[in-house]
Amino acid sequence: MSDHHPTGITRWLYTTNHKDIGSMYLWFSFIMFLVGGAMAMVIRAELYQPGLQFVEPNFFNQMTTMHGLIMVFGAVMPSMVGLANWLIPMMIGAPDMALPRMNNWSFWILPFAFTLLLLSFTMEGGAPNFGWTFYAPLSTTYGPASTDFFILGVHMMGISSIMGAINVIVTVFNMRAPGMTLMKMPLFVWTWLITAFLLIMVMPVLAGTVTMMLTDRHFGTSFFDAAGGGDPVMFQHIFWFFGHPEVYIMILPAFGVVSEIIPAFSRKKLFGYSSMVYATASIALLSFIVWAHHMFTVGMPLAGELFFMIATMLIAVPTGVKVFNWVATMWQGSLTFETPMLFSIAFVILFTIGGFSGVMLAMAPVDFQYHDTYFVVAHFHYVLFPGAIFGTTAAVYYWLPKWTGKMYNEKVGKIHFWLSMIFVNLTFFPMHFSGLAGMPRRIPDYNMMFADFNMWASIGAFGLGLTQIFFLVTIVMAIRGGKKSEEKQWDGATGLEWDALPSPAPYHTFSTPPKVD
Amino acid sequence: MAIRRKLIAGIASLLSVMLSGVVQATSELNMRPGVTETSIEAYNLHMMVIWVMVGISVVVFGAMFYSFIFHRKSKHPTPATFSHSTMVEAIWTAIPILILIFLTIPAVSLLIKMEDASKPEMSIQVTGSQWKWHYKYLEDDIEFFSNLSTPREQYEDYNSDAKARGENYLLEVDNELIIPINTKVRFLVTADDVIHSWWVPDLAVKKDAIPGFINETWTNVPTPGTYRGQCTELCGKDHGFMPVVVKAVSKADYAKWVADKNAERVAAEKAAAAAAAASWDMDKLMVLGKKTYDEKCASCHKVDGSGIAGAFPALKGSAVATGPIVEHMNIVVNGKQGTSMAAYSKQLTDAEMAAVITYERNAWGNSTGDTVQPADIQAFKAGKQ
Repeated sequence: MSDHHPTGITRWLYTTNHKDIGSMYLWFSFIMFLVGGAMAMVIRAELYQPGLQFVEPNFFNQMTTMHGLIMVFGAVMPSMVGLANWLIPMMIGAPDMALPRMNNWSFWILPFAFTLLLLSFTMEGGAPNFGWTFYAPLSTTYGPASTDFFILGVHMMGISSIMGAINVIVTVFNMRAPGMTLMKMPLFVWTWLITAFLLIMVMPVLAGTVTMMLTDRHFGTSFFDAAGGGDPVMFQHIFWFFGHPEVYIMILPAFGVVSEIIPAFSRKKLFGYSSMVYATASIALLSFIVWAHHMFTVGMPLAGELFFMIATMLIAVPTGVKVFNWVATMWQGSLTFETPMLFSIAFVILFTIGGFSGVMLAMAPVDFQYHDTYFVVAHFHYVLFPGAIFGTTAAVYYWLPKWTGKMYNEKVGKIHFWLSMIFVNLTFFPMHFSGLAGMPRRIPDYNMMFADFNMWASIGAFGLGLTQIFFLVTIVMAIRGGKKSEEKQWDGATGLEWDALPSPAPYHTFSTPPKVD
Repeated sequence: MAIRRKLIAGIASLLSVMLSGVVQATSELNMRPGVTETSIEAYNLHMMVIWVMVGISVVVFGAMFYSFIFHRKSKHPTPATFSHSTMVEAIWTAIPILILIFLTIPAVSLLIKMEDASKPEMSIQVTGSQWKWHYKYLEDDIEFFSNLSTPREQYEDYNSDAKARGENYLLEVDNELIIPINTKVRFLVTADDVIHSWWVPDLAVKKDAIPGFINETWTNVPTPGTYRGQCTELCGKDHGFMPVVVKAVSKADYAKWVADKNAERVAAEKAAAAAAAASWDMDKLMVLGKKTYDEKCASCHKVDGSGIAGAFPALKGSAVATGPIVEHMNIVVNGKQGTSMAAYSKQLTDAEMAAVITYERNAWGNSTGDTVQPADIQAFKAGKQ
C-alpha cells in the first residue's frame, strides 16, 4: 500500500515525490556531465599538441564557455539538488519535501533551460563564446546573437535554483521529526540549509547581471559600456558577488556528504560536530566579502586589494577546521575502505590540495603571476572534480543501496575509484606546471614549452572521460542486477535513513514521524 | 594473469615516459623568478608559500596515512569514542591564523611596493585591441602596433601540413616594445574594444586593459634581454594570438633606437606620400592588396573571403565588397563600431588600404573591375567623397 506509485511517463512528468524528483535531478545532472565532458574532450584534443588541428579558435571558445556553463549549472548544481531531494526528508524524518509541486516545477524547468542553451550551437554565429564568466563588453557589445538564448537560459536555471533552495529551507525548518533539533541534524542537512541561503542571496544577483546585459544589448542602456557612462569592471564586481558564493554552493553539500561517510567507515562519531556547523556557516558568511580576489588585476585601489587578500586568506581557517575534523574523525577509528570511503578520502586529500593553491591565489602580489593562467584552471578543477564531483560520486555509492535496495559490485566500484583517482591527477596536476610556466587560460594553441604538460593533461582527460562511462555502467548494472542490499548496508552508518527505514526506502516514507531522542 | 601483467607493464612504461617528460621539462615546472626586483620577490614569496603548504600537507596527510595504516579495522577493531575536544579545536584554529599572519606580512609589503607607480622616468601607453597591442611612448613621440609575427602556416595544422615552428612560436611579434634598462617605466594600460590583459611573466607585470579606463603599472628592468608574455584575458577569437614582447636595452641603445625610429617615421611618411601620389595599376594593387589582406584581414574574413557565418561576414560576393566603393572605403578606414572590425586608417598606409580594397573587390570571383587609388583614400579621409 505504502509503496504504490503511478506508472508510465506521467509518473515522471506529474510527480511530486521527492525520490522521483531526486532521481530525475541526478540522471539529468549525469547527462549534462557527459555533455559537458564531451566538450572538455574537444578542448583537450585540440590542446594535445601545439598547432590548430581540429577546431577553429572561435569554436574552441564556444567549447570552453559551454563546458563551464554546463558543468556548473547543469552538472554540479543539479546533482546537489538531487541529493538534497533524496536525502533531506529521509534524514530529518519528513514524509516529503515541504513544497512538492514547486519541486516538480523546479526540476522540469531545467531540461528546457539547457535545451535552449544547447540550441545556440545551431544558430548563426554559434554558441556563446565569451567564457562562463561572460565578461562585458565581450558578451554584450561583442557577443554573438545566441547570447540572448544564454540570458534566458540563465534566468530559467536561476528560477529553478531559487525554488529548490526555498524548498530546502522550508522543509528543514518545518518538517523535522519531533526531537530532531537543529543541532541534531545530520551535517549534510546543515550544509544544504546553508547552501540554500547562499542560493537565495546570490541567484537574484546573477539574474540582475544578465538582465543588465540584456538591456545593454537591446534597450540602449550602458551599464557596462564606458562610452555611455557605464563600467565594464562593475560587471565583474556584480558577477563575482554571485560567483564566489556560487563556488561554495557547489562544494558545501559535498562537505556534508563526506561528513556523513567518513564517520560511517571510521565507525566513530564525526569529530567536532558543532565546530563543523559553525565552520560551514563562517565559510558561507566570508564568501560574501571576498569576491574581488577574482579581480586583482583590474586596477583596484591598494586598500581594496589588501582587504580582499586578507579576507580571502581568512577562509582557510574554517576550511582548515573542517579538514582537521575529518582527519580527527578517522584518527583511532576502525577504518575500512569501501568505494564511498575511498572517494571521500580522495575528496579530503585532493580538495585540500585545491585549498592550498587557493591560499596561494589569495595572495595578491603573487596572484598577479597566477591570475588567468592554467594554475587557476588547475586550482578550480581540483576543488570541483575531486571536490564536488567525487563528493557526489561518494554519495551515490553510499546511498545507492538505500535508494534502490540493490548493492553495486564493490570490486567494480573500486576500479572506478582508482581509475578516477589516477586520471583526475594526471589531468589536472600538470596544469599547475603549465600555468606557473606562463600558459594563459582559454587559449587554443601554445608555445612548445607547454607541450609536455598539455599532452599529459590530455591523456589524463581522455582516461577520465572514459572512466565516467564506466561509472554509468557500474550504476546501471547495480540497479538492474545488483545483489539485494541490507536495511543497514554499512555497519557504521548512522541516521534515520539507515536506522528507521528498510532498503529500498518505500515510495512514501515517514507518514508518521519517527521519534528522535 | 596475462592481462594483469600487461597492465602493469603498460603502467610502468607510461610512468617512465611521464618521468622522462618531467625531466625534459624541468625548466618549465615552476614559476620563473624573472628579472626585476618585484618579480624576484614575488617568486620568493611563491616559494615560501609552497614550502609552508608542503609542511602542512606532511602533517595533515601524514596523520591521515597513519590512520589508514594503523587504525584500519584489521589492526584496530575497536574504535575510540571521543568526538570533540575544545582544546584541540582551539589549537587548530589558532595555528592556521598564525601561519596566515606569517604569510600576510611579506605579501602586504610586496603588494604595496608593486602598486607604487609614482615617480616614473618615462611613460608608455599600452592599448589592447582585437588582437594586437599598440604602444605609444608619451615622451618620445613614437607609436606603433605590435602584431603576432608567427605565420599562419605554422599554427594552422588542420591538414597536418603545418610548417616547422621556431623557439618563440606564438610569442614573437613584428614590433617589440623597446625599453631602456635601469629606468622606472610606467605603463598606462587601456583598450579599444573588449578587456585584454597585458602580462610579462619575467617582469611580474600583469594589468587588465579595460576600454574606457586607464590602469597604471610599472617596471624597472635591470638586465638587457627579451621578455615574452601573452594576453591573459579572454578577448575573443584570437585571444591566444596576441603576444607581448618587451626588449630591454641599454640607455644608449634606447636613445639610438628613438633617433632611428623618428628618422624611419619621416622616411616612411615620405614614402607613403610618394606611393599615394603615384597612380597604381591593377596588378600592382592586387599584389600589395593580397599581401595586406592575408596579414591583416584573413584571420577573420578567411584567406578565401568566406568569413565565419554569424561572427565575421564573408567578403566573397558581399554587398560591401561588390557595392558602392565609398561604403567599402568607409568600413576599412573607419571600422565598424561595436564589432571586431577596427579602423584601419590607424594601422595601414593609404596605399595599403587602396590595395586591399581593390583586392577585395576583385578576388574570389568578386569581379567589379574597380581599382581604388591611394589618392581616393586620401580624398575620402579629407571628406571630399
